[in-house]
Amino acid sequence: MDALIAQLQRQFRDYTISLYQQGFLDDQFTELKKLQDDGSPDFVAEVLTLFFEDCVKLISNMARALDKTTGTVDFSQVGASVHQLKGSSSSVGAKRVKALCVSFKEYCEAKNYEGCVRCLQQVDIEYKALKTKLQDMFNLEKQIIQAGGRVPQVDIN
Amino acid sequence: MSITCELSNLTSKKAKESRSGKKWLKKPLLFLILCGSLVIVLVMFSWFGRSQKEETSSCNGEAKVLYRHQNVTRSEIHDLVSLFSDSDQVLSFECSKESRPGMWGNYGITCSLNMRSEKQETRWIPWNLNPSGLAHSISSTSCICDNLEPSLQQPEKSENLEEELEQGLSTYLRNAWWWCLILGVLVCHKIYVFHSKAPAERKEKVQLQEPLAQKKQQQRAQTSSKGAGKWRKNILLLGILGGVSFSVWWFWDTNEEIIMKRRETLANMCDERARVLQDQFNVSLNHVHALSILVSTFHHGKTPSAIDQKTFEEYTERTNFERPLTSGVAYALKVPHSEREKFEKEHGWTIKKMETEDQTVVQDCVPENFDPAPIQDEYAPVIFAQETVSHIVSVDMMSGEEDRENILRARASGKGVLTSPFKLLKSNHLGVVLTFAVYDTSLPPDATEEQRVEATIGYLGASYDMPSLVEKLLHQLASKQTIAVDVYDTTNTSGLIKMYGSEIGDISEQHISSLDFGDPSRNHEMHCRFKHKLPIPWTAITTSILVLVITFLVGYIFNEAINRIATVEEDCQKMRELKARAEAADVAKSQFLATVSHEIRTPMNGVLGMLKMLMDTDLDAKQMDYAQTAHGSGKDLTSLINEVLDQAKIESGRLELENVPFDMRFILDNVSSLLSGKANEKGIELAVYVSSQVPDVVVGDPSRFRQIITNLVGNSIKFTQERGHIFISVHLADEVREPLIIEDAVLKQRLALGCSESGETVSGFPAVNAWGSWKNFKTCYSTENHNSDKIKLLVTVEDTGVGIPVDAQGRIFTPFMQADSSTSRTYGGTGIGLSISKRLVELMQGEMGFVSEPGIGSTFSFTVVFGKAETNTSITKLERFDLAIQEFQGLRALVIDNRNIRAEVTSYHLRRLGISADIVSSLRMACTSVSKLENLAMVLIDKDAWNKKDFSVLDELFTRSKVTFTRVPKIFLLATSATLTERSEMKSSGLIDEVVIKPLRMSVLICCLQETLVSGKKRQPNRKRRNLGHLLREKQILVVDDNLVNRRVAEGALKKYGAIVTCVESGKAALEMLKPPHNFDACFMDLQMPEMDGFEATRRVRDLEREINKKIASGEDSAEMFCKFSSWHVPILAMTADVIQATHEECMKCGMDGYVSKPFEEEVLYTAFSNFLTRLDLDLSTPLISFLGNMSTFLIRILLPLLVIAMTIPQWSEAESEQWCIADEQTPDDELQAALNWACGKGGADCSKMQQENQPCFLPNTIRDHASFAFNSYYQNYKHKGGSCYFKGAAMITELDPSHGSCHYEYNP
Repeated sequence: MDALIAQLQRQFRDYTISLYQQGFLDDQFTELKKLQDDGSPDFVAEVLTLFFEDCVKLISNMARALDKTTGTVDFSQVGASVHQLKGSSSSVGAKRVKALCVSFKEYCEAKNYEGCVRCLQQVDIEYKALKTKLQDMFNLEKQIIQAGGRVPQVDIN
Repeated sequence: MSITCELSNLTSKKAKESRSGKKWLKKPLLFLILCGSLVIVLVMFSWFGRSQKEETSSCNGEAKVLYRHQNVTRSEIHDLVSLFSDSDQVLSFECSKESRPGMWGNYGITCSLNMRSEKQETRWIPWNLNPSGLAHSISSTSCICDNLEPSLQQPEKSENLEEELEQGLSTYLRNAWWWCLILGVLVCHKIYVFHSKAPAERKEKVQLQEPLAQKKQQQRAQTSSKGAGKWRKNILLLGILGGVSFSVWWFWDTNEEIIMKRRETLANMCDERARVLQDQFNVSLNHVHALSILVSTFHHGKTPSAIDQKTFEEYTERTNFERPLTSGVAYALKVPHSEREKFEKEHGWTIKKMETEDQTVVQDCVPENFDPAPIQDEYAPVIFAQETVSHIVSVDMMSGEEDRENILRARASGKGVLTSPFKLLKSNHLGVVLTFAVYDTSLPPDATEEQRVEATIGYLGASYDMPSLVEKLLHQLASKQTIAVDVYDTTNTSGLIKMYGSEIGDISEQHISSLDFGDPSRNHEMHCRFKHKLPIPWTAITTSILVLVITFLVGYIFNEAINRIATVEEDCQKMRELKARAEAADVAKSQFLATVSHEIRTPMNGVLGMLKMLMDTDLDAKQMDYAQTAHGSGKDLTSLINEVLDQAKIESGRLELENVPFDMRFILDNVSSLLSGKANEKGIELAVYVSSQVPDVVVGDPSRFRQIITNLVGNSIKFTQERGHIFISVHLADEVREPLIIEDAVLKQRLALGCSESGETVSGFPAVNAWGSWKNFKTCYSTENHNSDKIKLLVTVEDTGVGIPVDAQGRIFTPFMQADSSTSRTYGGTGIGLSISKRLVELMQGEMGFVSEPGIGSTFSFTVVFGKAETNTSITKLERFDLAIQEFQGLRALVIDNRNIRAEVTSYHLRRLGISADIVSSLRMACTSVSKLENLAMVLIDKDAWNKKDFSVLDELFTRSKVTFTRVPKIFLLATSATLTERSEMKSSGLIDEVVIKPLRMSVLICCLQETLVSGKKRQPNRKRRNLGHLLREKQILVVDDNLVNRRVAEGALKKYGAIVTCVESGKAALEMLKPPHNFDACFMDLQMPEMDGFEATRRVRDLEREINKKIASGEDSAEMFCKFSSWHVPILAMTADVIQATHEECMKCGMDGYVSKPFEEEVLYTAFSNFLTRLDLDLSTPLISFLGNMSTFLIRILLPLLVIAMTIPQWSEAESEQWCIADEQTPDDELQAALNWACGKGGADCSKMQQENQPCFLPNTIRDHASFAFNSYYQNYKHKGGSCYFKGAAMITELDPSHGSCHYEYNP
């Protein structure tokens, strides 16, 4: 049993570190995790859920705004949504999404339609990837807890 | 000339601005037009003048002819009269003769007619005068006259027309040429103006646009200028071609003109000659005719004949002048064969035959030798002959071929007829014979030919000698030399018979005039030609060559100008390009510097941190040394980078000055405490003095001000060697302006220093007179800046250092230039500091100057302009001392110092605490002036004035007076440096209560005084936890963010520290929540929100609060309603991702209290928060203090300190307290302990002894940020002095100062 826990824990640690190393997450995620304590045991999950919901909403907003068939492209609306997404992503520490948002915003300000569409697609892909990864991570966490172990603190540095 | 003038204008104008070009353009243009019109007018005048002259000359010619004609007629008549005359007839004629010679022929004729009628009436009734002859002559004259006029006028008219046409054409062409020239000049000028203007415009644009755009434009400009150059060249070529063709045309035109004129002259002269000849001939003809009538009248009409040979001879001889052209006249009688014998008998000679076979023999022939005429039908023997031809008397005229024919024609026609030219008898000249038939008087005028032949009774012949005739004629006329004349008989068209002429002259160019000698069957012509060939038309050639030369010259000049323009343009282009490149490079350099400096700073901090950590680990002495060296170098590098960054920022104009109220004295305290370590280490006395006239609070940029001061003082410390002082003084510029009414004691003494060598300085070492450093300031003495809301300060930093060499004084403010290269080796540094300081001062509208003497020292002065703060502006930093100041208010102190200026500095610091100070120069003096000892709270003695013996006297004095005085004054010793042992010795001796280490500054002074005056009342250590959790626990906090995720995170973060968090998602909602009264202790506001952003929301909240506060103040609303606070001001902190300066300023502008960067970090949150929550707490205590302030002096003196301390200590220690005291039994709280641990551990300070010996230790309040710096700098200063770590009066650096890069030490608990 202990061996399993130890293995799971190692797996979890490696996975988390890989997430950081691949640039999916940054220090803010660590900070977020620090905020989770006994008072709010599901804080991270809650915030992340909120974040992904936000993502879905904002991306669909942007897709609508960038849809040429409905008429002119409303860059200001896209910009507002990107700004929101950037804020959310930086709050949860979704590094890649945030980086994408930064360039997205630049395109948006430059009114570069092609760039915007490309960025939107990338953001869509990126946040879904992140979601999967985090899902995996939470699953691992759950497994550890089920196995009766403690979720290890991962020191990124 | 005008062109070159114009050109020179052009070239000279290049240097001038093109704006005035138009004016310039007008003047030469006007000049040119004037010149052109003048030339045109001149040309026209000369033209007209010439034609008029010709007219008059031809007129004169006619007049002459007429005149002559008239004269001839007149003299003829006169001769006739004299022949048959008597005197009264002559008289009557005389009068008519007197008529004016200028009269026309008509007049003269009328005269002669009158005479005739008179004659007829009186004497000559039988005289059958044939009027037809006269009439003929009259009609011929009048006819000539009539003919003359039209013939004169008509050709003249047509010539005039032609001339006019030609003249018009040439004038037009000439004008056109001038206009072309003017136009060319104009065009060139326009081009130039356009081109000189265009670059200016381009230049303006260039400055506005990006370098890339510049390049493009330049390229465009280049191509356009090239195009313009080509265009100009083409125009020039065209112009030169035009000039050449004009010159050719001019030559052709002038030449043609000359030829035409020549031809005209020839024609005129020829016609004139022909006319004259004709006239002369006609006159003779008429006369011969008259003679024939005379003969018929007097010879045949009279019986016996009135004329015999002798009479005839005489008459003809005398009237020969009338016929100047005739060589002789003869009369032949018509004799039929039947009457021959009778005739021969009658005359006594036989009729002889004319010798025709041999003309040559005729010359010397004698009529007697002639053979008698052969028998013919009729004969025409000459009966009368003029003497010149008397040899032909008796010769039968009919026998000559020519004569016969002539006679036959003459008698048939009744008119004078001419023979063809033949060689005359005797003279052998070519001549003609004119023959008139003499008729019977009864012949009617309209007689037929037969009747005429019938009526013929004789023949009158006159021979004309043609050559002599023409010769004579030509002699009378002008310019006979130039013209050659030929006269031809052209009756026979196949063969012209030359009657007169020479072979000379150019035959190609001749004029033919027809001659009418009155014989219609014979035609004569006159051929005229010039004797000389046409001379080379030099005028035309010179003019055209001149034009050609001018054209080429002008072309050359224009070409040069064009080339020059092109080169100048090219150069200009190049220069512009270079300039743009240089500017771009400069900008790039500054940007590069700024970026690189910034980018280097971040990793440098990492390097330094790591080095620190490395030094923490187990290192042997060598390794430690290396690490320390590396660290030291790193630190130097960082500060250098900071300076470069500053320089770059200033150069690129990106440095913005803050405008916040601050206390300058406090800043100076800061600086002095910061640098006191170094100064003390070197044994240099550091003193700060601020004139009492300088207001407490001014508005400006405190950090930059501090940077300047730090820089100057740092320099001074660097260059001062182990002795002397550094004295910082601040005065109002107004104070200095009028030296005579200076009230400030320090200033007075300093100015006095300039006058006498014995002046006092702070340390006693001589210093340079500060006066010299500011006397050159312009702004200092100008009164223009007498704004009520601005104050100008004069800051002086005086040192007793090595001074600046005279030759280096000029470049002292140049970046990276030190006095000499050895300086940097000896003293280190880059030499950028002064340059930055000067620029900063200039940014603050001030000036910087210095005066220095090598070996004595330097004094730097600068002026700065600050805003005056509103009177009620209070500064948090000051508030901290308010309590202490209250505490010391009204106390009296005695300063014993042998240096007056230093004593003044001390008393200045005491004054700041509200303590009034008396000054005495020595202990002995103090003893004598008892009055000053009364009611003293403290005595401050400078170490220099310290004297144990004298002091014991004073001490005794105090002890004795214990009864009379309420209390014994505390004794303080002021020392520049004192070792620990010295101090403890002093204290333990009981003589002295405390040793104060200079430089004096408020915080230190307050501490010492408080400690000493409130003896025994040790502060209660505050054991409360000072973490964020404590700070935020139970606080109501409002989070405003439109982003759900952000909101949730912020909420989570704040909740973690125990705060009660309320979230709203828009500015509007926040506004609603924050409407007083509310329970929120703080608010976190996102800046970018839809609808109402953070700035706007804050502004509204502040408005709302202000309104409520006003109402409270006016008592409108009961204070109970808003029971919590006397005034509402909820701290609002901005949450923002970008922490750039502009956003920060914007935050402050709209009333925010601070900002935290998203995502939250504990430290940031804590620092941001601690300030505001504390302020709230302090607010509570203020009313209490004011209440206490009203109490009696006694209470204040004795009770208040206790009370105040008791009451305020909790608040101090909890949040704001500026200093932490660790003494004896005190144990630092967790936070402090953590900082201390870090400082002593990672920070590198050796704190081991501190804990053991329980030495007092002061730490700055902002531990997290600045402890490291403080610790570090003190550790650096003291570590080599035996390892003991002594923290006292640590530098208070309350804000992040970019000029102190070392503040960025990270603190990781």
